[in-house]
Amino acid sequence: MAGGHDRRALARALTAVENETPEGEALLQRLAPRIGQALRLGVTGPPGVGKSSLVNALVRELRRIGRTVAVVAVDPSSPTSGGALLGDRVRMGEHALDPGVFVRSLASRGQGGGLSGSTGSVMDALDGHGFEVIVLETVGVGQAELDVVKEAEVVLVVLAPGTGDGIQALKSGLLEIADHWVVNKADDPGAEATLSDLSQALLLRADGHEIQDRIHLVSARDGRGISALAERLWSESIGSEASDRRTDLRRRSLRTRLLRAAMGQFSDRLERVPADLEVESLAAGASTLASAARSLLTKTLESNS
Amino acid sequence: MTMRKIKVLVAKPGLDGHDRGAKVVAASLRDAGMEVVYTGLHQTPEMIVEAALEEDVDVVGLSVHSGAHLPLFRRVLTLLREKGMDDVLLTGGGIIPPSDRAALEAEGVGRLFGPGAKTSDLASYIRAEVAKRRPAPQS
Ligand SMILES: Nc1nc2c(ncn2[C@@H]2O[C@H](COP(=O)(O)OP(=O)(O)O)[C@@H](O)[C@H]2O)c(=O)[nH]1
Ligand SMILES: [Mg+2]
Repeated sequence: MAGGHDRRALARALTAVENETPEGEALLQRLAPRIGQALRLGVTGPPGVGKSSLVNALVRELRRIGRTVAVVAVDPSSPTSGGALLGDRVRMGEHALDPGVFVRSLASRGQGGGLSGSTGSVMDALDGHGFEVIVLETVGVGQAELDVVKEAEVVLVVLAPGTGDGIQALKSGLLEIADHWVVNKADDPGAEATLSDLSQALLLRADGHEIQDRIHLVSARDGRGISALAERLWSESIGSEASDRRTDLRRRSLRTRLLRAAMGQFSDRLERVPADLEVESLAAGASTLASAARSLLTKTLESNS
Repeated sequence: MTMRKIKVLVAKPGLDGHDRGAKVVAASLRDAGMEVVYTGLHQTPEMIVEAALEEDVDVVGLSVHSGAHLPLFRRVLTLLREKGMDDVLLTGGGIIPPSDRAALEAEGVGRLFGPGAKTSDLASYIRAEVAKRRPAPQS
């Protein structure tokens, strides 16, 4: 897998894709037939629960069973400066020189910056490049982060003892997006309590009793539970069911991006079409808002470029 | 198309044991609007350059307080060149005597900043250098 200059080319291509440049778009088009093979694992949860440490430990196990792995670690951009501090690599140093592992940090660049779109595209490029597993780490705090994790085929929501006010205070919707719930820091005496709080919260759900075997107690620190989790995730990712799931996900993600791009093109055009006639007609009471809007819509669609 | 931010890798090579200085620098570059990848303590030059490659950064900033600045900066510079990453700015700071600083700068390392330097100077230096190396519009 990707050594030497190939890795550099990949890294540069990811920048083009991340920035949605024409070269990035062209690359994704070229790779399209090969995209959709990789297992995409989303790892999310509150800050400090050990997501990066868990990713590091899972990567170690996945490497042990011979899989190549790319990690995409997203951290929030500062709304004031637009900069970002991307610190997830700190926990992943042990894989730094392994040619079968590629780690890329991304700044979320705020809601308007196309977070989910370009993160998904970065994963696409890594997938098309041939990595067998792509792990996406995001902080589970806002809606944008929850949306981006939907780009993953299998979502792990990570919790740990001592984070904030417990299960009740979690971002709403966070527990619901999980395929697996991981209580990390099993080496911490508080982990049992977190585990039972979580089970309580999940038991209230309709499928409550079926999910016990998708709750995992692990320690990224001492390794407990990690290899079982990694092997389970990998084995559930092979076979026709998984491949159908992957096809669905790819189509769904492409549809979302297509609609977003079309809406972008449309609103650019709409902005450029003169609306004075419609405004006057509204002011004179000669049309309703709906009919004026229809007239503007027709003009926009007929306008060139 | 999103405007391309300046991306910087801040690393702490060598064996000395605390990274408060490097973290302050990383946070100040973030506050200056840059995307800063922080890799933590005890990084070897090989790890640093591989991370810089994977992250496709514009700048590598090393914080060196161990006295081993000469071999560390030289090794990182050599590895960057070996990987064809000549366009990446290598800069940094720490306790580096002026004569060593001059020697490294003559070999192709960028400006090096002493312990008393203002972080805002580092940010403006990086901005100016990246603008020279990368003609596209900057943020
Ligand atoms: N006791 C314990 N601490 C852990 C474990 N995993 C991570 N940590 C610590 O939790 C803190 C946050 O870890 P990190 O992986 O950066 O969390 P993230 O913010 O969720 O990515 C660090 O101090 C880790 O050393 C674990 O399994 N047990
Ligand atoms: Mg993290």
